[in-house]
Amino acid sequence: MSGGPGLESLVDQTISVITNDGRNIVGVLKGFDQATNIILDESHERVFSTKEGVQQLVLGLYIIRGDNISIVGELDEEIDSSVDWSEKRAHPLKPVIH
Amino acid sequence: MLFFSYFKELVGREVTVELKNDLAIKGTLHSVDQYLNIKLENTRVVDQDKYPHMLSVRNCFIRGSVVRYVQLPPEGVDVELLHDATRREARGG
Repeated sequence: MSGGPGLESLVDQTISVITNDGRNIVGVLKGFDQATNIILDESHERVFSTKEGVQQLVLGLYIIRGDNISIVGELDEEIDSSVDWSEKRAHPLKPVIH
Repeated sequence: MLFFSYFKELVGREVTVELKNDLAIKGTLHSVDQYLNIKLENTRVVDQDKYPHMLSVRNCFIRGSVVRYVQLPPEGVDVELLHDATRREARGG
């Protein structure tokens, strides 16, 4: 559909995905379809906790099923590099309850 | 189809989308599709200290299936028009 909120404009950009189980995965968008299934390259998970700063887990090439996706955010690299994630503490996001 | 058309009229307005994981995101409505997926621009998470997870996100796509509420600006809602439209929809034409 033209003019809809497609993900075309985010292809080959770094995105931050929040999944229904509350995980935050950052990677480069390589592909997607109608059901919001997405392919992420060079991805890593950012693990939030209150005990220590954000941990980064390397995941590599990932496919995430659309069912399990809440948000696809365009990562502003300038802002992102100015944030000291190793100092950020927060509760992990809650899972989605339908 | 009614709410799809309705949201299309709200493009450009400032809305707050509350998700089913309790996250609330405020931003300018950029677009909507048939699934009520929503794209917001200039986004801010409402309680950023509690939820720093999206600190470096300014534009985002929200899957329609995880939206709990959309808070609209009062001036963006023509209640009479919406009444009529919902009645017509309920009658099936």
